[in-house]
Amino acid sequence: MEQLFDVVATCRISDKEVLVNQESILYHSRENEQDWLSTIYHHIGLQYPKFFKMDRLCKAGILGAELLLKDYTYDHETVKDDWGIILMNAASSLDNDRHYQETISEDNYYPSPAVFVYTLANIVTGEIAIRYKIGGESSFYVMPDFDEELMRELLVQAFNADPKLTHILYGWANVDQDQYDVRMFFCKRRGNIKTSINNPS
Amino acid sequence: MRNKYHIYQKSHYIISPLGKGSVCNYNTISMGESHLQSYSGYWGIPEPFFASIFDENDIDLHRSSSQGQAYSRFESIAITAAESAFQRAEINPDSKDVLFIISTTKGNVEQLEKSKNPDSQSDAYLWHSAQRIAGHFRNPNTPIVVSNACISGCSAQLTAFNMLQYNDLYKHVIVIGAEVLSKFIISGFQSFKALSPERCKPFDANRCGLNLGEAAAAIIYSKSTETESLPDDTIIMEAGAVCNDANHISGPSRTGEGLLRAIHKVTEDFDTNRIAFINAHGTATLYNDDMESVAINRAGLQDIPVNSLKGYYGHTLGAAGVMEVILSSIALQNHNVLRSLGTENPGTAMPLNVCMQNSNTNGDAFLKLISGFGGSNAALLFTLNQHR
Repeated sequence: MEQLFDVVATCRISDKEVLVNQESILYHSRENEQDWLSTIYHHIGLQYPKFFKMDRLCKAGILGAELLLKDYTYDHETVKDDWGIILMNAASSLDNDRHYQETISEDNYYPSPAVFVYTLANIVTGEIAIRYKIGGESSFYVMPDFDEELMRELLVQAFNADPKLTHILYGWANVDQDQYDVRMFFCKRRGNIKTSINNPS
Repeated sequence: MRNKYHIYQKSHYIISPLGKGSVCNYNTISMGESHLQSYSGYWGIPEPFFASIFDENDIDLHRSSSQGQAYSRFESIAITAAESAFQRAEINPDSKDVLFIISTTKGNVEQLEKSKNPDSQSDAYLWHSAQRIAGHFRNPNTPIVVSNACISGCSAQLTAFNMLQYNDLYKHVIVIGAEVLSKFIISGFQSFKALSPERCKPFDANRCGLNLGEAAAAIIYSKSTETESLPDDTIIMEAGAVCNDANHISGPSRTGEGLLRAIHKVTEDFDTNRIAFINAHGTATLYNDDMESVAINRAGLQDIPVNSLKGYYGHTLGAAGVMEVILSSIALQNHNVLRSLGTENPGTAMPLNVCMQNSNTNGDAFLKLISGFGGSNAALLFTLNQHR
């Protein structure tokens, strides 16, 4: 079948390092006292104070999206309904679910709406949609592991199903028991498409 | 764009606190019955709440595998719904041309209360639970879990539609929506001040929040290159769309932006005069119902009868989109528009034609709307196959 799209940017965040387009940009140094996600935030110069209110899955997802998009210029103000976001992972929001569970134990029952709101896996797609004004398809899937074939199939179908989608931010964002695994891709439909984005200069 | 295949409902099944079977549930609610009631001191939750919860002694909540391994409440109701849907469709679930898609928001989250050690919480992983459900039927494919908050059930049906449309390996996709309640979910919605202390009142001027409910529902979707060979009154899924508001993670857009875009995507090239009714999300929270009224008016569909089924079942989260499509499909087949139970005096930001009594319709299509946390919105369009 004819290739529908190209992957125009990639990023990876593991416990040890950060890669953009397969080049390492940051190593995790044990001496650093700051937590790893905040270290990345400061290293890439992101300015988004809301970041610090988020749970770790949303922080990891926002960092992934920023790494993919930071060198592009595009319309930051208008909601782009020709952009979509599709993310997947294995642990859904369990990292934050465990945190919320601690707030509702019998001897210490103080359920917090600020923690509860992050007990849904797709809040990360929502946070990314808000930050980058992505108004098209937004979906979150859960599967046992980084299943390249299945993930790619869902991506191809999204491009097939909505001919108006020009760009999809897609990939894997998993946070579980202090382990980070973000592998995200920025994909652009092939062909002569009308779009508001400019390639990195 | 013309679709390659017609995607249609082959069979379906609902298990809810109101009854077992799609038609049983439909008949019960068409008589105006609901299982919503007050629960006090339940599951160690300090504050009382109004909800629709399964009878703890129901055998369908306590199933086990052929090897005697006990399934959770969540897995048990999902398996019950799927098993009955497969029996009705006369399809072998162990075939590789059958794909499982499971819609849930929290699955077995109650497991976290039972085991504090992350290493023994495998049952809380949604994929693990999904594998047990698909594994019960010896299905060889990796089941896909859709976890898109409240819109999961409709997202899952759209994924099923796309899988059938674009992947020739699959002949049938079963979409299973299931949710059980727990201290985890109820305390969270209470902390959000989103729950109504009485039966919810969708689209009512005095609505004051939602009720939560438990249910499982399954639909088997199949495909055909033409509709002539399909039986009369088969329900066909014409189109679906998911759009994000890109506005707020826990509140809908006041202008109904994402929902409006989703409605536009599914109704373009469709004669909206055919739409018999809109089955809205209608959770009975102030913001959701206002937002839906704005989106429906902006789309120019405000004269079409609108209902919400939350007054019968409460909000069944991951099951809602699947169960409500089944009930709306049966209503369409019966040329009936179900009453929006709980609505007394409609009063939303923009006026809606809320269905106050069961009524007849000549339309041959319905529109399903749903919205949720994460800013996501979905619209699905269904038609009735008629040869005459």
